[in-house]
Amino acid sequence: MDDIQDLEAGGRRQFLKCMAWAGAGTLWMMHGGVLKAQPLNAQGAATAADSAFSFVQISDSHIGFHKAPNMDVAGTLRQSLAMINAQKKEPDFVLHTGDLTHLSRPEEFDALSGIMQDARMAKVFYVPGEHDVIGDNGAEFFRRFGERQQSGGWYSFDHHGVHFVGLINVLNLKAGGLGSLGADQLAWLKKDLAGLSAETPLVVFAHMPLWPLYPDWGWGTDDSNEAVGYLRRFGSVSVLNGHIHQIQQKVEGSITFYTARSTAYPQPAPGAAPAPGPMKDVAPNDLHRYLGIRDVRHVQGNHALAVTEEVMA
Amino acid sequence: MNVMSWSLSVITTLVVAAATTSPALAANAAKSAPAKPTTVDIKDFAFAPKTLTITAGTRVVWTNLDEEPHVVVSAGNQFATSKALDTSDSYAITFDHAGTYTYYCAIHPMMVGTIIVK
Repeated sequence: MDDIQDLEAGGRRQFLKCMAWAGAGTLWMMHGGVLKAQPLNAQGAATAADSAFSFVQISDSHIGFHKAPNMDVAGTLRQSLAMINAQKKEPDFVLHTGDLTHLSRPEEFDALSGIMQDARMAKVFYVPGEHDVIGDNGAEFFRRFGERQQSGGWYSFDHHGVHFVGLINVLNLKAGGLGSLGADQLAWLKKDLAGLSAETPLVVFAHMPLWPLYPDWGWGTDDSNEAVGYLRRFGSVSVLNGHIHQIQQKVEGSITFYTARSTAYPQPAPGAAPAPGPMKDVAPNDLHRYLGIRDVRHVQGNHALAVTEEVMA
Repeated sequence: MNVMSWSLSVITTLVVAAATTSPALAANAAKSAPAKPTTVDIKDFAFAPKTLTITAGTRVVWTNLDEEPHVVVSAGNQFATSKALDTSDSYAITFDHAGTYTYYCAIHPMMVGTIIVK
């Protein structure tokens, strides 16, 4: 609320501009198992009306970051959550695909928790980003946000016939490597999926891309091939990642891979700059175009998840 | 373990050496006097220089010039890991023993660098 008051003090016009950022997002609708992306607009809302359930993906809130192009990442996260709360049909839960914080500091985790509580989010499932596990291998992250199913922190759950799997690929990284799942997690994943029929729609989420999106910038996971191998027999698999602060998509048979926007700041398209990192030169008025959330809706009887990307525009 | 000694005496010696010898002489006299502290810039998700050759006793200072945080960690656990280095933060290690020290960024592991100590 303080931020909104500050903005109002700065002028009604500025306030409206910032609220416009909050139009950003990704609506994911599940049509019997395949995710389909569309902007969150009237059409998305119409599709939503007959969905069995929906959930929202948010990512890369980077609480603690305070540089160009976004001096107020707490504010843009609040606006993203307001977008979720503005949905006509309340999403069943939220997935946060990592980098909650910028530097894994306790006060950053505190701030994130406070913002989520203030927004009265329903259940939020978290997986850590590499920014959440600095210095303690994620001990603080798991203590606060872990699902406590497995000692490694990974987990799965079922929701209205859809099987969800939260994976961790930001720990035990090796020099020169990319993200890593590790042998223990892969063995667990194989076992976790073993009992499921091939008709079960799967949603797999992790922070770093689970496909070699742009290894030169570290945008991939070393042992993702093995994990993806376990997913291939399923008729509908949606893989949701964060990390790269922009939407990229890839279809491989019945598996569709998506990365999400950040609620904090954009990064350049693969290879479009000397290195990844915040796009410092984005003008304040344009920032909203790059930030957002993702809603997913599952429609009973249809073989697709409906995905809507909501930008803060 | 000795590698990570943050020895003040080394720094003091360095200051004296710098004051009394020209850089060229210091390089030639590397065996008798500790070498000048050497810097490694962390910029555009890379260590520069990527490979650095120094004499034993040299203090290496990493400085993060990126907007993104980075963490300096030894690949073989040969020296202590830095904290998260935010923009402009530095980290220093004095290398007292000859050897090859490979290191990387704990959160961006594709960033790899090498220190060769003669």
